This record gives sequence, C-alpha cells and structure tokens, in this order.
Amino acid sequence: MSKKDLSLLVLILLVGTVVALINPRFLYVGNLSNTANQVGLFGIFSIAQAFVIIIGGIELSVGSVIALLGVLFIDLIVNHDVDWLVATAIIVAAGLVIGLVHGTLVTRMRIQAFVVTLCGLLIYRGAARYYTEDATAGFGFGASFPMLEWLAAGRTNVLGFPLPHSVVALGVVTIIAWVVLHRSVFGRYLYAVGKNEEAARYSGIRSSRVIISAYVICGGLTAFSAILIAMYTRSISPAVHGSFYELYAIAAAVLGGCSLRGGEGSIIGVVLGTVLLQMLQNLVNLLGIPSSLNFAVMGTVILAGVLGDQYLVQRRHRVGAAKGRGQASAAAVPIEKMKAE
Amino acid sequence: MSGPFLELIDISKSYPGVVALDRVSLQVSPGEVIALIGENGAGKSTLMRVLGGVVEPSGGVIRVDGAARSSLTVADAIKAGIAFVHQELNLFDNLDVAANVFIGREPVRGGPLRLIDRKRMHAGVAPLLDRLGCDFAADAPLAELSLAQRQLVEIMKALSLDARLVIMDEPTSSLTLTETDRLMRIVAGLKAHGVSIIFITHRLNEVMQCADRAVVLRDGRVVGTLTRAELSPAAMIRLMIGRDLKSLYVPPAAPPGDSVLQIIDAATDTYPDRTVSLSVRRGEILGLAGLVGSGRTELARAVFGIDRLRGGAIRLDGELIRIANPRAAIEQGIYLVPEDRKGSGLLLDVSITENISLPDLASYSRFWLVDTAREKENAMRQRERLNIRAPDVETAVGSLSGGNQQKVVLAKWLSMRPKVLIFDEPTRGVDVGAKQEIYDMLRRLTDAGVAILMISSDMEEVIGISDRIAVMHEGAISGFLDRSQFSEHNVLQLAVGHAIEPEGP
Repeated sequence: MSKKDLSLLVLILLVGTVVALINPRFLYVGNLSNTANQVGLFGIFSIAQAFVIIIGGIELSVGSVIALLGVLFIDLIVNHDVDWLVATAIIVAAGLVIGLVHGTLVTRMRIQAFVVTLCGLLIYRGAARYYTEDATAGFGFGASFPMLEWLAAGRTNVLGFPLPHSVVALGVVTIIAWVVLHRSVFGRYLYAVGKNEEAARYSGIRSSRVIISAYVICGGLTAFSAILIAMYTRSISPAVHGSFYELYAIAAAVLGGCSLRGGEGSIIGVVLGTVLLQMLQNLVNLLGIPSSLNFAVMGTVILAGVLGDQYLVQRRHRVGAAKGRGQASAAAVPIEKMKAE
Repeated sequence: MSGPFLELIDISKSYPGVVALDRVSLQVSPGEVIALIGENGAGKSTLMRVLGGVVEPSGGVIRVDGAARSSLTVADAIKAGIAFVHQELNLFDNLDVAANVFIGREPVRGGPLRLIDRKRMHAGVAPLLDRLGCDFAADAPLAELSLAQRQLVEIMKALSLDARLVIMDEPTSSLTLTETDRLMRIVAGLKAHGVSIIFITHRLNEVMQCADRAVVLRDGRVVGTLTRAELSPAAMIRLMIGRDLKSLYVPPAAPPGDSVLQIIDAATDTYPDRTVSLSVRRGEILGLAGLVGSGRTELARAVFGIDRLRGGAIRLDGELIRIANPRAAIEQGIYLVPEDRKGSGLLLDVSITENISLPDLASYSRFWLVDTAREKENAMRQRERLNIRAPDVETAVGSLSGGNQQKVVLAKWLSMRPKVLIFDEPTRGVDVGAKQEIYDMLRRLTDAGVAILMISSDMEEVIGISDRIAVMHEGAISGFLDRSQFSEHNVLQLAVGHAIEPEGP
C-alpha cells in the first residue's frame, strides 16, 4: 500500500471514529451492512472509471449507461423472458461495445474524451427515457428471479455480519483489476500511455489500442455494475437513475490518488475513495445534516483532501530539494506515486 | 551614418560545464545589416537571447545609447528598440493580423470597460502593411496566412514597437525562393529607414546579398568579422571551421559488411518531393550530417514508423519490409534513440528499471504478469554495463543527469537484439565524460555487428565518430563522404547545398 493509500485509510478511520462517537448507530450491523452494499455498487464503476483516468481520459457517460443498460436488462428478463444469464451476457456485451465506440472516437477520430463521453451522457440518458417512454421500469407483480436476486442483491451471513454480495463482487473485481493494473504487462502499458503517450509510442507500445482497451474495460465493468444496481433498486426511473454517478466515480478516483492528467492512481486508493464517499453520505444521514447539503459536504471534503495532499506533496518536494541539492537523490517522490503496493 | 547605438563588450555566458559565449563584442550602428553566422552550437542563439533580455550574461557590459549595464531585461530590450523575428514565430493563429501586431498593448476605449478599440488597431496597422507591401489585410485571420506572410506580421510587430534593431533568426529557412527575395527587399527597405538588422542564417548567398558585414562565431567566440568587401563564401566557411578537431576516431575491428538497412527513394511529409536513398552497412557508423531542418529527424521518424513514409521502400538485410508503426520497426530490430529524450525517449517520473523494460516487457513476463525480479536483474546488468550513475535502479530517470538519462534510453535497446540503431543527436545535453562512454559503446556495438545511423549536428562528433558521412540538404542527400574526404569544410559545403571540390583546398 502506498503512502497515499495509507493516509486515505487513516482519514477513513478518523471520520468513522468521529461519526461513531457522535452517533453510535453508525456502528450498528444494519447500517454498516447497508453502507457496505453502497460501497460495493459504487466501487465497481469507480474502478471502471479509474482505468480510463489512468490513461489520461475521462468517462462522463457512466451514469447514463447505468440507466440505459439497467432499463434494458430489466426489460429483457421481465418483458422478453430472456434467461437472466443470457441477458447478463447481452448487457455486458453492450457495455463493451459502448466502450469500444468511445475509445475509437477518441483515438481514431481524435475527438476529446470529454466531448465524446459528454455526448454519450446525453444520448444514453435520452435513449433510456425514450425506450421506457419515461415510465419506471421494474418487476411486475409476482415476477421474481430468486437465483438472480440472491446473487446480485442478497446478503450472506459471515460471522454474524450480513455481507452484501455486491461487496463480494467488488472484492473479486478489485483483485482482478489490481493484478491487471499493478502486475500485468497491459497495466504497465496503461500507466506508460497515461504518463507520456509519445514516449510509449517510441517504445513500441500501440497506444491507440491501449487507450481503446481502457474504454472497453470501463464499459464492461460499468455494464456489470448496472445489473447489480438495477437488481438492488428493483425499479428504474430512467430520468434520474444513476444520474451524477460518473461524478461519484471521478471523485473516488481522484480521492484515490488518480491524476486527471493520467498515469497515476491505484486500485486500492479508488476503493478507499469510494468507502470515504459512502461514509460521508452516511454521515449526512446520521448526524442530522439536511440531506440537501449532501453534495456540499462531499465537495468540501474532496476539496480539503486534495488540498491537503497537494500541501504534503509540495512539502515533500521542498524537503527533498533541500536535502538533495547537488546530489542525484532528490526526486524519489513520483515513483512511489506510480507504484501502488 | 552615426556611431553605434548598441554595443556589447566582452559578453560571456557559461553554463555548468559549457562556455556558451566567451568575451563576445559586437557593435550595431543605425541602418546596418549584420549577418551572424556559425555552425550549430557556435553561440548565435545565446548571444541573441542576451540581446533580448532572456539570458543574463555572466560577464561583460551592454551599452545602449551610451548607458552601460551588465544585463538587459525583456522590458529593457523592448525599450531599447530591440525586436525579434523568431524562427518559431510567436504568433496567435486564432487572432487576426492587427490583433497579433498589437498583442499585449491593444488600444482601448470605453474608459474602465477597457474594450479593445478595433478601429484604431486596424488603422495603426494599415501604414505598416503598406510599408512592407503586404498582400493581406489587417483583419485577415492569421491561420489563413502562409509562413512567409506570418513572418511579415512579426516584422510589423517589431516596427510598430519602433524597433531600431530587428533580429531575424534563420528567417529564410522555410521560405521559397520568391518569398526569400521579397524578404531581402524588405530588409533593404528597413535599412534605408535606418533600422538595423541582425540576420542569423546558414545560407551564405543571402549573406552575400544583403549583409554590410558578417560576424562569425565559433565555440562561443567571435573568430572574425568580414566587411562587405571581404565577403565571400570561401572566406566565411574558412572562418566557421578552422579548428583542430580532437581525434576521437576509433576504427572498426573489421571492415564493414553487407548493407543492413537500405532506404530507397524515401520521402517525408516535410519535403514531399525530395527523396533520400542511403544504406547502412553491418559494423559501420554512418553519420548523417546537415543543418537543423534539413529533414534528418523526419527521415529517422519515418524509418522507425512514427510517421508514414511517402513512397519509397526500406530493405532490411536485402528484404523489403513494411514498417507501419514503431512496434513493427522494433520487431525487425530497428531501434531509435530520439532527439527529444525527455519528451519521446523516457518516462521521466518512472524508475530506471521500468523504463528499460518497457519496449520488451513481454519477455520479462509469464502469463502476461511482469516478473519484477527479472526486470530488475536486467536493469542492474545494464547499469553495470553502461555505467549508469544512479543511487539504485528504482530511481526515477527524471532525476538523473542528461548523460545518464541517455544511457537509460540506450539500455532499453541494448537489452534487446539491435540490428540497426538510429541515433538522433546522441550526445545533446550530455556531459563530456558520458559522451566518451557513449562513443565507446557505439563502437563496441558496431564491432558486434550492429549497423548505426547517427544523426548529429555536432561537427566534432560527426567527423570524429563516423566511418562514413551522408550529408542532407533540404530533404535530399547532397553527398556522401568517405573518411579520406572528412573535413568540416566538406561537410559544411554539402550542408549548405554546394558541391564539394574534387580536391580540397
């Protein structure tokens, strides 16, 4: 675990302690289990976002994709009697295709990622609303998919704690993403392209392919989380479902040490970032803060976190520069940002 | 003509390890056209940066209108009437001509609103357009102007600042012949109005055409001044060279073998209608000399697959190959050590280890997972072999010296199996010690059977290291030199597009 991840963990424990002291209900099993479920759902698409941010891109359509694919999934299994396994495959494939289209537009057509995915945000939201005629999509009376519901939204008792399956899913995704990003050749390429695409190209890395792959992975993971979220909410109002989720994802990634310039960030950091965000949500509820202030609290904490981090980085640089003047030992700082262990 | 209004006296500038200017003196009188010539790296640009107030000299006196001072600021230089027409123009192509001329000092109206007074701005530009005989309007968007027209905009900007001295840094390097002619006429016109001009160029015939005198720099020193009467290409070339090159040359262990890399009729985007043919043989270092901008880097980029080749073909060991991207070049064993080390050669805030393994990561991995132990082992080996001075292989390459950074780039390719190595300015920004180590490594590589193509603007390097030299001029090869023909004179002759005399003088 890098220093950055550690300081984030300390911050989480600190906030948790303060909240628990003010309102002990924070530590109730039910509350913890619910918060964990939120972390599980939000963590998966935050990791998806991190892949794109690491290569120096951005994916703004996450929320709309979650709405559109959620609507389609429910429609497939409820109204078209598609087997849920087949439906899952279709939805994930659709997510991959969306990523492929975004990545291709960014690399081959050289459109800025912000613009491509902003258009995606508008298009998919509109498509979701049109498809359902703005009606809420959900399970009809008596319609039930016990296996699917148990898998996606169930909880299993582990040592007296009802562990949401979304957390299990996040755990699996985290482990795979961690190995891919921090241990695999492909992960190394992702960071290299994010750091300096030109130099990566001069080293023989086909940077366009790497960039497209990042968007494809992002699309696939987002689709997976869309199914979990749909099964958790059980009904989808296409106008609001998943809205602002892309911003939660970006916030979690930034809190977790990703730089929007690319080339930085760790999977552990992103998961911890998600945990902190969901704790803040929970804190607003538990401390009796008006829920309308929800976003304001979140924004303030993120800003404070980023400012604090900036301060620490600068101080380390100053100390390093003062110590290593005339010697070649100064800049060890950036490496540990890159290494996430 | 009155006396000099600007005098540089014994100006020196040293950077750690390099003396860029060594007691340079220069006087500028009104209405004088001075050509400043010298090889790449002779100190021309540094001298001009001193005049522009960008570089603070480490010694000497600058006298403007009689007032002596030790350095100028940018504001001082503008106040003294010194203006630049840069090689890379400092213009905004999202603005129109008038807005560019008045950038930063726009006439305003509307009191506290400070709205831009477009009418006054355009009116202010009109007489300048006339004076230079421009064929475009004050409200023409800059994006629609040709390079030559943009240059005129820069000159207008200088004139609108009441410049007394306009410094032009290789103004004709990308102009066509007619455009160059027009510029020459404008230079004459400015001179007639009492404006002085310092003209940096590599084109000796232009010097002949317009200069009142030529000041020749070499190794940071003024080595001679030629008056109008003394000007001749031969005299200029004699002054530009004429130093004893240290003999660096180490002959190859065996005579060169068959041609490994053959470039046949290749053209690049910069010079689409010029073609280059050359071949590099096994075990030889082919130096590729030429002036900056002669198309050498573009050729290297195209051979390495960064840019598309416009026509032509590439043979490797006699077989035609297609190089669509750098990956393809690397798979064939053709590697490039790029000119822009920091931008293209390295990931600066990544460790030495990870930089070295990047192009060949797959071979350090099993099931697509990187074996960091093997990676590190190789990095340690390369550090040993190339004598990379760093606390350890986990150090970020950005904190290393230029020479050690270059060794890391080299280590990337030496960890693989090079057939052809292309170096673009292999020792730019590299200290003397590391330079020698790199040269030794080049020879060891060729002796091991590698073919090396070395682009270099450093005369000492080209002549001292190469087994053979190809010289490029404006996108084409202007000649090949064998070791018996090696001389600065010959390289320079070919570089400026002249033929070499069969027998040296």
